[in-house]
Amino acid sequence: MDIHEYQAKEILAKFGVGVPPGALAYSPEQAAYRAREIGGDTWVVKAQVHAGGRGKAGGVKVCNSDTEIVETCENLFGSKLVTHQTDSNGKGVYRVYVEGGVPIDREIYLGFVLDRSSQRVMIVASAEGGMEIEDISENKPESIIRSTVEPAVGLQDFQCRQIAFKLGINPALTQSMVRTLQGCYRAFREHDATMVEINPLVITRDNHILALDAKMTFDDNALFRHPHISELRDKSQEDPRESRAADRGLSYVGLEGNIGCIVNGAGLAMATMDTIKLAGGEPANFLDIGGGATPERVAKAFRLVMSDDNVQAVLVNIFAGINRCDWVAEGVIQALHEVQVNVPVIVRLAGTNVEEGQKILAKSGLPIIRAKTLMEAAECSVQAWHSFSVKETNSKVIK
Amino acid sequence: MSILIDRNTPVIVQGITGKMARFHTEDMVKYGTNVVGGVVPGKGGVEVEGLPVFDTVADAVENTGAEASLVFVPPPFAADSIMEAADAGIKYSVCITDGIPAQDMIRVKRYMYRYPIEKRMVLTGPNCAGTISPGKALLGIMPGHIYLQGNIGIVSRSGTLGYEAAAQLKAHGIGVSTSVGIGGDPINGSSFKDILQRFKDDDETDVICMIGEIGGPQEAEAAAYLKEHIKKPIVAYVAGMTAPKGRTMGHAGAIISAFGESASEKVEILSAAGVTVAPNPAVIGDTIAKVMKQAALT
Repeated sequence: MDIHEYQAKEILAKFGVGVPPGALAYSPEQAAYRAREIGGDTWVVKAQVHAGGRGKAGGVKVCNSDTEIVETCENLFGSKLVTHQTDSNGKGVYRVYVEGGVPIDREIYLGFVLDRSSQRVMIVASAEGGMEIEDISENKPESIIRSTVEPAVGLQDFQCRQIAFKLGINPALTQSMVRTLQGCYRAFREHDATMVEINPLVITRDNHILALDAKMTFDDNALFRHPHISELRDKSQEDPRESRAADRGLSYVGLEGNIGCIVNGAGLAMATMDTIKLAGGEPANFLDIGGGATPERVAKAFRLVMSDDNVQAVLVNIFAGINRCDWVAEGVIQALHEVQVNVPVIVRLAGTNVEEGQKILAKSGLPIIRAKTLMEAAECSVQAWHSFSVKETNSKVIK
Repeated sequence: MSILIDRNTPVIVQGITGKMARFHTEDMVKYGTNVVGGVVPGKGGVEVEGLPVFDTVADAVENTGAEASLVFVPPPFAADSIMEAADAGIKYSVCITDGIPAQDMIRVKRYMYRYPIEKRMVLTGPNCAGTISPGKALLGIMPGHIYLQGNIGIVSRSGTLGYEAAAQLKAHGIGVSTSVGIGGDPINGSSFKDILQRFKDDDETDVICMIGEIGGPQEAEAAAYLKEHIKKPIVAYVAGMTAPKGRTMGHAGAIISAFGESASEKVEILSAAGVTVAPNPAVIGDTIAKVMKQAALT
């Protein structure tokens, strides 16, 4: 789960990480008022969206007066910010963060990630702050400093000092840098984060270390023990279909194609998408209904897939181990009775109780296309989609 | 004996009183697995499916001589249960549970390192389908009837895609020595490399089938290892050719976040290491059959 910059800064500040003075606003007037509260004569107005690359996309503006702030906010509020990290629809701007301007001496990149090779938390730092980490590792890989944290004892001060010295930070600021790194690590650990990224971490001309931007991502599997983090979820930043799916315990990713997929298991779901493509079609979504899929869950999956107007055929591919084909078959039938599915439905069942499942489908009297193998299922789906879309086009022409 | 489990391996089920655990315990017993009991804290003394339930893994080991465990415990308590098994002297544990926090798994891995390698429990999973040695024993949730007994070793991150491979092999009349699900989480008990090492030394395995997916460094790590160390033919498939970058595809671990983590990059790395890569998931069986013919194994 992602949170906004201002929320991440609030959390990090509690752990002793320095942040510039700032406040949140929901309207242009409020933003101007916030700026007066903060004081000074330079402010930065930042669109709060769950995506990086805001600066280049026009989501971060330096302002020197009330009128400039109001003007900037009027353009930002309600707009969709398209950055290199969003899709072409962008992310809606409904909150802005107003921050006092800071005299910057130098910028540093600082990230804490879950490193899968060492199976530990890893600190990644670079003197090339402000650049995206992907660009740094491509263009200045030698500038990257890495340090992994031993989970039994946590991050040690000497590791922090090493990083500070390697970054060439003014020795007078070493302790302050140790505090910053320890604060980030504790925030990461205690909230079950999977990423903390401060880019840039700046050293001001008056020798303060401040997080100018902050991004935190949390482990969805651990949200059950962090209710205060779950509360920070902002559904306006999510694809509505994906949030609906997540609320129902389904794993869904919307794509651009026409063949809806309902599959159990993430690997098989990806493989099903790959096979559809191979057969000449385009998948409309990734959807893993997971283990223990009950009829209710399958019905929910159908509702979700059918909420995508582009879907012109639905392929159900279930290889049952933890769930059983007879349940799945019942679920398919229940769903087809409850949900209006006016496109071809292709079902491929295999595994536990497969015969019973097939029988239930056959007896239902519903126009379900049954397939035996993965390839057959994909080919049937592409064929069914083709003939359906031809029919659709013809009927539109006649109308 | 086959790798990890055999006909006689005494098995306990942690969390045996749950609905799914009961269903699959019954299934494992039917398959011929030597299930000797279960563990649920506070339920010691009751019976499930005619099997004795103990309060602690240590009690179960003392009373039944259990050597392997299957963890069916809900996510908030699963890491604790795995560590309990490791402490009680269980040799091999499979964790089925999906949804364990990554930092819990970091602690589990760290905890297991306190034991010297010869005493350290082997863990596969979490979030996996388990391990099966067809005709001998099933320690997991896979449908046993789709596997023929044979000489192909399967190692897969995805459970259902592992089934797919086994079913395709069965259609060719080809059987499986052992199939191991290593799970879809970012931090897991055993990596591809760990299981490949076992298949390398297993005289019941002639060909290895490795089923990967997008995300993580494990396929590349395995490629570097097998290039140097494994002479047996290896067939691989990598799921997620159509997966968009930066999006988590179901498995917490299935997200492309660095170079070498996309399906096409993994295919390239594996091919360069001498692995025969099945171009799509529908021809995993065909590809293995072809490789066997070339190696004159049929």
